Amino acid sequence: MKIGLYPGCSMDGSSREYQESLRAIAPKISLELEDVKEWNCCGASSAHAIDHALSLALPAKILAQAEAQQMKELAVPCAACYNRLASTKVELAEDEAMRMKVAKMVDLPYTGATSVKNILDVLTPLLTPEVVKTFPATFPHKVVCYYGCLLVRPKSVMHHTRMEDPMEMDELMKRIGATPLEWSMKTECCGASFSITRTDIVGTLGMNILEDATMRGAEAIIVACPMCHSNLDMRRTEIEKVSGKKYSIPILYITQAIGLALGCSPQQLGLQRHFVPAKIEAKLKVQQTTPAAAAVS
Amino acid sequence: MSRIGVFICHCGENIGATVDCEKVAKTCACLPGVEHSVDYKYMCSEPGQSLIREAIKEKKLDGVVVAACSPRMHEPTFRKACAEMGMNPFLCEMANLREHCSWVHAKGDATTEKAIDLVSMMVEKVKRNKPLNPIKVPVTKTALVIGGGIAGIQASLDIANAGQKVILIEKEPSIGGHMAQLSETFPTLDCSQCILTPRMVEVAQHPNITLYTYAELESLDGFIGNFKARIRKKAKSIDETLCTGCGVCTTACPLKKNPSEFNMGLGTRGAIYVPFPQAVPNKPVIDRTKCTYFKTGKCKLCLTKCPAGAITYDQQDEIIEVPVGSVVVTTGFNVTGTDFFSEYGYGKYKDVVNGLQFERLLSASGPTLGEVKRPSDGTVPKKIVFIACAGSRDPAKGIDYCSKICCMYTAKHAMLYKHKVHDGDATVFYMDIRAAGKGYDEFVRRAIEEDHVNYIRGRVSRIFERNGKLIVRGADTLLGAQPVEIEADMVVLATAGISNPGSEELAQKMHISYDKYHFFSEAHPKVRPVETNTAGIFLAGACQSPKDIPDTVGQASAAASKVLALFSRDELTREPVIAVVNRTAPPLFSTCVGCFMCQTACPYGAISREEIKARDGKILKTVASVNPGLCQGCGTCVAFCKSKSIDLQGFSNEQVYAEVMELLS
Repeated sequence: MKIGLYPGCSMDGSSREYQESLRAIAPKISLELEDVKEWNCCGASSAHAIDHALSLALPAKILAQAEAQQMKELAVPCAACYNRLASTKVELAEDEAMRMKVAKMVDLPYTGATSVKNILDVLTPLLTPEVVKTFPATFPHKVVCYYGCLLVRPKSVMHHTRMEDPMEMDELMKRIGATPLEWSMKTECCGASFSITRTDIVGTLGMNILEDATMRGAEAIIVACPMCHSNLDMRRTEIEKVSGKKYSIPILYITQAIGLALGCSPQQLGLQRHFVPAKIEAKLKVQQTTPAAAAVS
Repeated sequence: MSRIGVFICHCGENIGATVDCEKVAKTCACLPGVEHSVDYKYMCSEPGQSLIREAIKEKKLDGVVVAACSPRMHEPTFRKACAEMGMNPFLCEMANLREHCSWVHAKGDATTEKAIDLVSMMVEKVKRNKPLNPIKVPVTKTALVIGGGIAGIQASLDIANAGQKVILIEKEPSIGGHMAQLSETFPTLDCSQCILTPRMVEVAQHPNITLYTYAELESLDGFIGNFKARIRKKAKSIDETLCTGCGVCTTACPLKKNPSEFNMGLGTRGAIYVPFPQAVPNKPVIDRTKCTYFKTGKCKLCLTKCPAGAITYDQQDEIIEVPVGSVVVTTGFNVTGTDFFSEYGYGKYKDVVNGLQFERLLSASGPTLGEVKRPSDGTVPKKIVFIACAGSRDPAKGIDYCSKICCMYTAKHAMLYKHKVHDGDATVFYMDIRAAGKGYDEFVRRAIEEDHVNYIRGRVSRIFERNGKLIVRGADTLLGAQPVEIEADMVVLATAGISNPGSEELAQKMHISYDKYHFFSEAHPKVRPVETNTAGIFLAGACQSPKDIPDTVGQASAAASKVLALFSRDELTREPVIAVVNRTAPPLFSTCVGCFMCQTACPYGAISREEIKARDGKILKTVASVNPGLCQGCGTCVAFCKSKSIDLQGFSNEQVYAEVMELLS
C-alpha cells in the first residue's frame, strides 16, 4: 500500500525514533511511504491559541500539498499533528467562507480530497492475522496501551465510538502476541505542552499514569503520540521527584513494539534514544514443523 | 342562481378593530349569487345565530358563508344553526377573517381587501357545495389492551368493571411488567408486589377479560369501532388446559444457568420456567432458544417428569383474529443497560448496576432475597455511589429528555440501602433534584436529613476499578467544581428510561405516530393526552414517555374512560369529508381506468378494487373503491389520480378551483 506521510517536527526531533521505527517496519509490512514535499508546521498548540484562520491555514497548506501530489490518503503519525489536520478538514468542509479565506492564504487549491489517517488507522488494516503469522517473533509482554487525548477527541471531529475506552492499540498488541491489560488511564491527560512550562503538573499527571500501569503489572506502556512519550519518558525525573518513587517501566511507540516482533534490531527502532532504558525483547517464534512433515521424518 | 347569505362577524375588537367589517358586508352584498349580507359584533352569540336563522327563513337562502374565526373554533356552531332551519349543514362554510387576516395584518385598506377576497372565495365554493350526510359506523364493544404492565392491568380492569369486554395481550409469559420487579415504591415505601399481585390475579379471574400471555400483535387493520386485530400466540410448548402449575418441570430442567430476565440477569432460570413465583398465569413456558430438546432433540426431562402430561413440544405459534372496537397501547418502557456508558466501564464491572438491577437486589423476591449483596462476590457493600441522570438529559448520549422517575427512585434506593445496611455509606451524584409530586420532595428530604444520604451536586466523569474497589471520580459543583474521588464497593446508575425495542415497528403496525425517541405520540400534549392521532387508539403509561406509577395509573384510567365513552354508543358518526370514486352510467360505469395509483398512495389502506359485474357475473370493469370507514379525507389519492376520477367530498376539485379562480379574477 502506498500512502502519503506527513512527519511533522517532532518526528525529526524529540521523537525521531518514532520516525525511524516507522520507516524500519514499513517495507516489512508492504507499506510504501511518500513524503509530503516542502511540508510546514501543523500549527501545534500555538497557532490556534493566537489566530484561528492561521491555525487552519497551516494544516490546509499541508493537505493542499498532499492533494497536489495526488495523495488519496495521508498518514500523520504524530497524534497532535493528526488532530490539527483532522480538525481542519472538518471545519473547512463545514464552513465554505472559511475555506475560501484559507484557500487564499495558502495559495494552493484545497478541496479536502485527501483523507487523514492516524498511525492506528494505517496499521490496523495492514496487520491482519495472516500477515502477523509471517512475523519472525512475537512480543509476549504485558502492556498497557496509552491513547492520550488527541487520537480520539474531540467527538465532533473523530466520531470515535469508544472515546472513553478505545481499543485499536490493544487489538494490535494482541495480534503481535502481547497481553494488553485493563487499566484506568487510557485517555487521561499526560500534561501535554506543560512539558515545557509546568513540569510539576506533568510530574503529578505522569505519576498517576505510571502508578496505575505499574500496579497492574505492565511491562511497558505503548503510545502513539510524541507528546505522551516525552511526558512519560523524558520527564521521568520530574515524575519521580513528585512521587518520591522510582519507576523503571519503559515507554514504547507502537511502531517500536511491532518492529521488535518483526525482528528489527533495537538500533533500527531507535530504542537507545529513550531516557528510560527500554530493555524489552521480542521472542523468536520456534520454527514450526507441520504435523505432516513431522510424520514423514 | 344561488341565494347565499354572508354574515360578517366583528369578533368584538378581534376582527372589527382591524378590518372594516361594514365595508366587507356591503361589498359582498354585490357579489353575484349573494342574496343577503350583514355584519354583527358577535355572530356566535345567540342574537348572532338568530340573524342567520331568520335570514335563511326569510330570504330562502340555499347557502351560508360565515366570515369569522377559524372553522376549528365555530364551524360546528354555525352548521348546527343552519341545520335547525332545515338546511343541510354542509352548505354552511366559514371564511377565516380572524387567524388568517385580522390577527396577522395591520389595520388598513389592504387588510379589508384581503377580507373581501376571503369571503368571495368562500361564496364561490358554497355555490358548488352539495348536501352531504354524516357517515354512521357500528361499534364493536371489545377493547384490545396491548401490554400487561400496571398501565394495561389498570385499563383492562377499569373497562371490564364497567361491563365491557377486554382482550389483554402480553408478550412475556406473565403480566406484571416492570412494577412486578420493583421492591418498594416511593414515596410511601409500600411494597410493589403487595399492591400489584392482587390486581394481576383479578385480571386473570375477571369474566370480562380474556388474557393472552406470551402473545404479540401481528397486525391491526380497520378503523375506530371496527378494528381487526391479528394476535400471535407464541408457542409456550405446554398445554395450558392440562398444566396445573405444580412446578415439577422447572425443577427437573437441567439447564439452570440461563440469566433470568425478571431478575435483570442477576439470577438464573431454567429453559422451562415461570418468570417469578407470583406470575400470572402461574404456568411455565419453554424458551426454545435455550432448551436442549429444541437444539438437539434430546433431554425431554420435563416431558417425562410432568405428572399432568402437559408438555407439548410440537405446539405451533397460533394466530387468532379478533374484532375489536378500540385499542389501548400500554407497552411500557425500558432502561438502558450499564454497557451504554463508556466512561462507566461499558458494563464490564459487575458491581456497576442499573436501577432495575438494584431493585431486584432490594426485593424480597430477588436473587439475594432482599439482602443487598455485590453481584461480583456476594459481599455486602459498605459504600455505594448512586449516579442520577446516567444518560438522561445528555445530548452527547442522544437522550435529551429527563427520564422523570430517577430522582425519586434514587432517593428510595439510597434510603432502602441505609435501612438494610446501617453502617453503610450512600452517596448520590445529581444534576438537579426533580421531586415534583405529592409527598415527593418530603421523601427526598427524608433521605438526606433522616437517613443521612450524602448528596453531591455534580457529574461523575469516570469509574474505574482499582484493588477490587470502584473508583468513582467526579466533581462537586457546589464546592467550586472541586474534584471528588470515592472508593466505592458498588455503583448504581439511574440509567435513562427509553422506549421498548420494537416500538417503532409496533407503531407502524397500528398507524400511530411516535417521536424521535420512539415513544408514542399523544394527539395533543395538553388537551388530548391519552389519544393518538388515529381515532379509537389510546395510550397509557410509559410507552408515551417515562412516568411513575401514579401517573401511569391515572393515564390508564383516563384511557379506559375514553374507551368506555366510545362504547357507550351503538353507532359512531363521522364527517362525510371522504374521497369518492365517481360512478357514471353504463357502459363507462366510472371514469376510473383502474391504474390503482390511488391504492399505493393511500396511507390508510382505504382503497380497494371493486369489480363491476354484469348480471351473468361477468366482470365488466375493475375500478377503485373507497372504504368510507377507513378514509381519513387526506386527499392524497385525489392528487395521484391521473384520470381525475376521485374527488374529496366537500373539497372537490371543482370547489377548490372555483376558490382559486375567484382569487385570481
